[in-house]
Amino acid sequence: MDSTWKFTTKDIAEKADLLMPGHRACAGCGPAVAYRQILKAARGPIIATNATGCMEVVTTIYPYTSWKIPYIHTAFENVAANAAGIETALKVLKRKNRIKHDSIDVIAFAGDGGTYDIGIQALSGAAERGHNFLYVLYDNEAYMNTGIQRSGGTPYCAWTTTSPAGRVIPGKPEFKKPISDIMVAHSIPYVATGSLAYWRDLMIKARKGLEVEGPAFLHALAPCPRGWRYDTSKTVEMARLAVETCVFPLWEAVDSEYSLSAPSKVIALKPERKKPVKEYLKSQGRFRHLFTPENEHITDEIQEVVDKHWKLLLKKCGMS
Amino acid sequence: MTSTKQEIRALNGDEAVAYAAKQCDVDVVAAYPITPQTIIVERFSEYVHNGEVDTEFICVESEHSALTACLAAAATGARTFTASASAGLALMHEILYVTSGCRAPVVMAIANRALSAPINIHCDHADSMVERDASWIQIYVENSQEAYDSIIQAFKIAEHPDVLLPTMVMLDAFYLSHTLESVNVLADEAVRRFVGTRKIPLVTNHEGRLVPFKLDPENPITIGPLALHDYYFEHKRQQEAAMQSALQKIKEIHNEYEEISGRKYGNGLIDPYRLEDAEIASICIGSTAGTTKVVVDQLRAKGVKAGLLRLRTYRPFPSQDIIQALENVEAIAVMDRSHSFGAKGGPIFHEVRHLLYDAQTRPQIVDYVYGLGGRDMSPTLIHEIYRDLERIATTKQIKTPVQFIGVRD
Repeated sequence: MDSTWKFTTKDIAEKADLLMPGHRACAGCGPAVAYRQILKAARGPIIATNATGCMEVVTTIYPYTSWKIPYIHTAFENVAANAAGIETALKVLKRKNRIKHDSIDVIAFAGDGGTYDIGIQALSGAAERGHNFLYVLYDNEAYMNTGIQRSGGTPYCAWTTTSPAGRVIPGKPEFKKPISDIMVAHSIPYVATGSLAYWRDLMIKARKGLEVEGPAFLHALAPCPRGWRYDTSKTVEMARLAVETCVFPLWEAVDSEYSLSAPSKVIALKPERKKPVKEYLKSQGRFRHLFTPENEHITDEIQEVVDKHWKLLLKKCGMS
Repeated sequence: MTSTKQEIRALNGDEAVAYAAKQCDVDVVAAYPITPQTIIVERFSEYVHNGEVDTEFICVESEHSALTACLAAAATGARTFTASASAGLALMHEILYVTSGCRAPVVMAIANRALSAPINIHCDHADSMVERDASWIQIYVENSQEAYDSIIQAFKIAEHPDVLLPTMVMLDAFYLSHTLESVNVLADEAVRRFVGTRKIPLVTNHEGRLVPFKLDPENPITIGPLALHDYYFEHKRQQEAAMQSALQKIKEIHNEYEEISGRKYGNGLIDPYRLEDAEIASICIGSTAGTTKVVVDQLRAKGVKAGLLRLRTYRPFPSQDIIQALENVEAIAVMDRSHSFGAKGGPIFHEVRHLLYDAQTRPQIVDYVYGLGGRDMSPTLIHEIYRDLERIATTKQIKTPVQFIGVRD
């Protein structure tokens, strides 16, 4: 599936921002960058809805708002139901001639907590019912808004405040839930992963998600300097390294057909470009405890799992 | 009276609700099935699938999503309706507050059912009573006719620009939800004329311009922001002001409805029965009022000056109306079909007793907690309550202020 959207960097630079400056996100906030990129992919009028979380808080502190488009937040676990309600209302109000726009896109944003964990029911229901909307998961891999607690999206052995690097248990004992594969299993027309380091890829995917008829799911890796413990200047670097190490490969599934996206395809074609996972782990304080003699074996274990998942993905993409 | 032509239909309470919602030209219904509300969503699904309504029905995966979808659809400008009961309403709890806080005029029918555990599908009022602080208007009906009439009024109340609060209409599980009654229904056009198309009030946006209060790309606004100690309180204060103005609006809309239907329920807030010269009276909500009226008539026939005060609108609480209605009553028995565990009696008792602190002459007042989990409230038990009241009125002595009636101790 190709988008008809063609753009130059200049077009994007000149296109009006829909998320305005002045919001209260931290320095180096990955999600704020990802939001801006994704919203640049707008093709017309949009209504946005956001689950409770960092981005909801930092963009709408009353009486201020960063949103240049209509926006609603209701609660944490229900953003997909918000989108369902909005999309359905637009459909019937259009039919009854009570709104003028021919088409209005609906985007739902939620973090990993609001998607992998507390929001998965509403998301699954909305996907099953086939509402026409784009769901954006901005994945910063923990409950950052409440102070870095582990979520179903937190990686294996990462330190968080509820999965501390203890003497007995070295961080989070479980692996990341394969949320995007779960969404592919819903047989929705479009699922993709994206990284803010590859902004063109991410924006095209957002656009495809808006263009497709039915539910679309975009899983955007959005590093968080506070929670991942790295310098605020390194956000894009982290987002890139995740792709280069195949910790977070970029792919899309159109009607459940997987295909690798360019940044990951290059690695599939030239495996020597695949960077060791250690490079990624070493760059972040949340994995620091893995570089002690007693925990060093864990990094090998993580490398094995990443390799295994990468192989499985290549198979799904017909590249093995 | 200029009431329009009506038709008698055999409907149970749930069907009466669904029929009323059908006539109100609802734009979006999002609902999840739960006994004893199911007939409402079943009938409505039939209307949708047979093309009898121009409504989108979202068959959601939970009550939490049902109310969320209604709230979001209402924020987009749609007229919305849902229905639930018991555990379903409890699951909505979080979103009840969000709905009223976002000032979304959602209308919801509740088939009052006991809360688990033990799991029970029958009537009591625990489910909606725990939500009385959620800033929803609450109307409790006595019969299926009133359920029909109240749903129609509810849309007009909820959407009124001076109110803009979600509204729930309560009907007793099975006693009303599943019991066939002759219900007078208005013609479709009469209902349409009465409720009209949903009008969107204007609000001042962040740039100081007046814009429609909805998600509109022409005039973008942010709904559901974060408001902390510097602004949260003002939002809540406005909700209380809206509740207070609802007292008047409920009465007005009830009167307007009487003009087209010829039916009224007291003044829309309270519905007194043979109370003018009553010396003893009971207070209740819901279908028990029907049985109590029979008992009152029997007592009156014997010369006992008995009366009944049915509270129709429970939120906003019609304090002045209640004080006035009880002015000359010497002894009062509140009948609570729910209980606040560990407290002195049920919620209606708390509020009425608290209210009477301000009365010129404070009457004697007792509470009877009854009918939990659908336990029958028979005329015999109600007679027992009035006998107690006669004794209290004579002796001015209350032996037990709170009693549980019709239960094995």
